[in-house]
Amino acid sequence: MLSDRPVEARGLVKRYGAITAVDKVDLTVEPGDVYGFLGPNGAGKTTTLRILLGLIRPDDGEARLFGRDPQHELPEALEGVAGFVETPYFYPYLSGRKNLQLLAAFDLDGGSARIDQLLQLVDLTARADDRVGGYSQGMRQRLGVASSLVRNPRLLLLDEPTNGLDPGGMRDMRTLVSRLSGEGITVLLSSHLLAEVEELCNRVAIVRTGRIVYEGMLADLRASAGTSRYRLRTTDAQVAGLTLLEHSAARDVSLDGDELTFSAGEDEVAAISRALVAAGLGITALVPEQQSLESFFFELTEGEPAEAAA
Amino acid sequence: MTGALVAYRWELRKLVAQKRTYIGLGAAALLPVVFVTVMALQKGGPYDAPLGHNLRRTGLALALVVLNFVSRFGAQLAAALVAGDIVASEHTGKTLKMILTRSLRRGQILTGKTLASFTYVVATILVLGAAGLIAGSAAWGFNPLTNLSGVRVSALHTLWLSVVALGVFALPLIAVAAFAIFLSTWTRNSAAAIVGTLVYALSMEAIAGLVHHPWAQRYLLSDQFDGWHGLFMSPIDWSLIARAAWVSAIFAAVPLALAYGIFKSRDVADD
Repeated sequence: MLSDRPVEARGLVKRYGAITAVDKVDLTVEPGDVYGFLGPNGAGKTTTLRILLGLIRPDDGEARLFGRDPQHELPEALEGVAGFVETPYFYPYLSGRKNLQLLAAFDLDGGSARIDQLLQLVDLTARADDRVGGYSQGMRQRLGVASSLVRNPRLLLLDEPTNGLDPGGMRDMRTLVSRLSGEGITVLLSSHLLAEVEELCNRVAIVRTGRIVYEGMLADLRASAGTSRYRLRTTDAQVAGLTLLEHSAARDVSLDGDELTFSAGEDEVAAISRALVAAGLGITALVPEQQSLESFFFELTEGEPAEAAA
Repeated sequence: MTGALVAYRWELRKLVAQKRTYIGLGAAALLPVVFVTVMALQKGGPYDAPLGHNLRRTGLALALVVLNFVSRFGAQLAAALVAGDIVASEHTGKTLKMILTRSLRRGQILTGKTLASFTYVVATILVLGAAGLIAGSAAWGFNPLTNLSGVRVSALHTLWLSVVALGVFALPLIAVAAFAIFLSTWTRNSAAAIVGTLVYALSMEAIAGLVHHPWAQRYLLSDQFDGWHGLFMSPIDWSLIARAAWVSAIFAAVPLALAYGIFKSRDVADD
């Protein structure tokens, strides 16, 4: 039984012929989350968002937005929900303002009174009456955000919102997302940029070839990225190596020149260091080897297929 | 119904903002002017066309004679240009996913598009009629007309009959537009929908010409473009008009039902 959380999906599957674009995806987005849906291009992020927005039907599984099924309860399931998949597209022969008016009308005039305010928010007031055909990519992205906010949403689904933007545009977009989150809007944001997710999100799902390989708090992911691997330098590397091999807590011991590396729990390292001293060795360095979040991300998305974690 | 009307209103605004809309309307306005200009530059004319014997005698005949000519190809092309594009352009422009994630149902959106296409068809015929009346009256005067039964009809009564005739002519053209909407929805390709609609219309003409059977003569869509001739007979042949109405309705309903089925259930992905 799915709840009335902003987003809840269980076992979503979408196949295109022999290709499984989305493979048993589970997602849970809590109120107030800025949820990062992170993965390389082609991992199935956009397809998942399309399912959530009711644009395509899954072959299996179910999804709920605030407890409503976007497959069977449209347009009611999208009440309070807005967003775009891939680049937002508009009618190029209409002005930015007219496009927003059209979309507000398609929302049964929910937000037509806010259009000027939204154009100001996304810094498009000066070009509001120009045809969208003449807009830059960044301006279209910003208009896309404005078009979503016309609905006064409680949940924003944004697919690669900084895609195609220059560094300044990316900064502005991220600032805007942070601001909207600060105003209480729950955000589900797909991205292939780890730095973007790190900057904006509190929770994250990492997707690889259609499967979730990690889902949880970003803080937990950072902790996971930390490692139990240590680098050791002593006055005698050979003796130190033998000592480590004899010590049951030290695992995966390897020697590289004067330096040893090994895996052990944080509590076990103290015992190992005492054993080394007891063996008559002087310790010149015992340093935890910190794996970066980025390399952990690459490991999850590019290494051998992994089971879902956390 | 409110949602469908919202969609309809915005579809009309979109049509007004697009250049392709004015191709058909412009052609409809120009055709009678070109026709009367050519007539002015030569002695002969299409006098054997239905009501053609009235040319040069009354300007009221001009739009009606032009209707006979455009019923073979031009009117279908004008209808297909807009109706064949109206769904497909949303797909190629990738705007469908924007409007389908708002508060209108898919059926309401397609209803709006369908009504807008039909409005365009009617507007094109009205423009042709108005241009024909103005150009014809300027060239040949606002005089009584001799109908297909050889009976003389007053100018004002002919004007009224002409307006009804334009309406009757619109019925099979709306059916052609319905087929274009179906192709537009099914193929998601404007060019394929426009060309496919023309092939469909020409096929009807070809079948009607080749098959010498009363069924083919009466119940194909192509024959319904002549339904308005019934208005210019004495007495008026309402059976021709009624047949044009119900045959056109069937030819419109089937492709529209198919289009609705496809539009409501199809995945919206970029492929």
